[in-house]
Amino acid sequence: MSSLLLIEQALNGLQFGVMLFLIAAGLTLIFGVMGLINLAHGSLYMVGAFAAAGVSALTGSFLLALVASLAAAAMAGVVIEMTVIRRLYDRDHLDQVLATFALILIFSEGTRYLFGSFPLFLDKPEWLSGTVTLPLGIEYSLYRLTLIGVGLALAAGLFWMIARTRVGIRIRAGENDREMIGALGVNISRLYTLVFALGAALAGFAGALVGAIQSVQIGMGEPVLILAFVVIVIGGIGSIKGAFIGAILVGLTDTLGRFLLPQLFALFMNPSEATSVGSSLASMSIYLLMAGVLLFRPKGLFGEA
Amino acid sequence: MKLKSFILGASLAALAAGSGWAEGVKVGMITTLSGGGAGLGIDARDGFMLAVGQSGRDDIEVVIEDDQRKPDVAVQLADKMIQSDKVDVLTGIIWSNLAMAVVPGAVAQGKFYLSVNAAPSALAGKGCNPNYFSVAYQNDNLHEAAGAYLTSAGYKKPFILAPNYPAGKDSLTGVKRFYTGELAGEVYTKLGQTDYAAEIAQIRASGADSVFFFLPGGMGISFMKQYADSGVDLPVVGPAFSFDQGILQAVGEAAMGVKNTSQWSKDIDNAANKAFVESFLAEYGRLPSLYAAQGFDTANLMISAMEKADISDADAFRAALKAADFASVRGDFTFASNNHPIQDIYVREVIKEGDVYTNKIVGVALEDRSNAYVDECKM
Repeated sequence: MSSLLLIEQALNGLQFGVMLFLIAAGLTLIFGVMGLINLAHGSLYMVGAFAAAGVSALTGSFLLALVASLAAAAMAGVVIEMTVIRRLYDRDHLDQVLATFALILIFSEGTRYLFGSFPLFLDKPEWLSGTVTLPLGIEYSLYRLTLIGVGLALAAGLFWMIARTRVGIRIRAGENDREMIGALGVNISRLYTLVFALGAALAGFAGALVGAIQSVQIGMGEPVLILAFVVIVIGGIGSIKGAFIGAILVGLTDTLGRFLLPQLFALFMNPSEATSVGSSLASMSIYLLMAGVLLFRPKGLFGEA
Repeated sequence: MKLKSFILGASLAALAAGSGWAEGVKVGMITTLSGGGAGLGIDARDGFMLAVGQSGRDDIEVVIEDDQRKPDVAVQLADKMIQSDKVDVLTGIIWSNLAMAVVPGAVAQGKFYLSVNAAPSALAGKGCNPNYFSVAYQNDNLHEAAGAYLTSAGYKKPFILAPNYPAGKDSLTGVKRFYTGELAGEVYTKLGQTDYAAEIAQIRASGADSVFFFLPGGMGISFMKQYADSGVDLPVVGPAFSFDQGILQAVGEAAMGVKNTSQWSKDIDNAANKAFVESFLAEYGRLPSLYAAQGFDTANLMISAMEKADISDADAFRAALKAADFASVRGDFTFASNNHPIQDIYVREVIKEGDVYTNKIVGVALEDRSNAYVDECKM
């Protein structure tokens, strides 16, 4: 195993991590500000990918497709917030889980009704195809490199917005004391809709970006949703910073685990068994990471005690 | 008064006689019609119903239910169909784990089960049953054919890859049954994994001369798109599942030229297949997939048995099924002693016809292939 391969795998892990962050950021914001567990967050990711695939098929433009994914996911977010989610803020988590699970089913079958049962085609644009040669002679996919760049830029933008803008102040205030900022005259229901739309748009955008190198199909959001929950639990529920660190940790652990664990077991087992045992353990690695973090920090890395 | 009771008596007699002579077959179809795997179930159903429609028979009643790809739901549906719908024949299940949950119970209650797709090794070997027929293949077949193709094409160092679950392990075992040379690497991925950057980097570093992968559904789409983008330029071989008609349009350009193994292709040259492809296209407005062909053959097998025997005579019906006296879209088709097909498995290549990605046959990987479990089956 060469160190170049290791660097390449670390880049892969980073790319996976920043995409996870885009999804987990919305989930953690919504939980932090509104106290809502939104299982339908994965569906918004799917909505973004399908909107992008649809627009890309119609217009052939990847940039328009990305705009469509942002718009469609934000719109879907606003609609479900105003019709369903709004009624759930004061209810307990079990009701929220039940209602948002119903939303998953409605979104899945609704999408199937609109787009059919077969996976859709969405490809990256020509100008982002192929590979680039990085320093040290690492050959790396240009599109994945772009994903890392876009993801990091969005993360920086989000931190800036939350730390420096008026909306950001309100979001932070909302996390600290919901009743109080309402009493201070902030239009709380508009803030909630805004936060929900923002989270939805980020998820939809991630869906479109990732959809270009994965499969755009019904149910694509659920596996990602589980990972996003792992991320926010590791990072501390409600913390954007935690979501970022958690996402990168999960991305790196998963990718490097898949790569290194089978090789580790191959040192003292026969190759076939090592592959089998190593990959089984790799599938568990992020959950082991989560359990480990929770053992020492029960509220997550950046959770408020 | 007299007249009334006469009419009543006559109609009762007619009813009784009716149930006596018009003995049709009631079919329970449990398949996946919602969620991520719905495309497969829908194709199998459409192929099956196309054959039922073309037979012109009005004594076949089909009850169709969605299993949501969940074993517990499939079991409930099977119980309901057997107990309250009183079906004679069950069919439709796509996934092997669902088949394992439903088939043993159904055949134990004396029902026939005709598999349109799932054919796990457990049901081909020790767990075989005279009332269970796999019309599609035995699960290992396409992988074995891929192994045979790797050998005959002269590859010396393939890298092989499958998800870490029973069918994935069977897949790589199947490949290794017919390819016994050196491997550049053997990797099990997580089931449902969507990002393959780590595996592709390993393939690049391994010095392989070819890649075999079995990643059904969305996993395969993701893998192929990422592989095409990675700059790794090794030839790819796989079973038909990731290169089938329903999925190919979503993979697009990335799939061009890939060799895949299948027991069916739309260009198999026989009259039944030509008629099937044309009528499927006319009826549903899309090209049929492997699953549609399997559904179509399953219905035709059942209809051929109905022409020879009455379902109420289970032994005669079973013998008629086993004779497989129907025009398969695959051409020659017979059952091995464990009720799994003996058939040719082809190598196909992904091509583009106009705007549509599809496959053409480029060779035969295995001729008259039966399966590895025949001898374990005692019935």
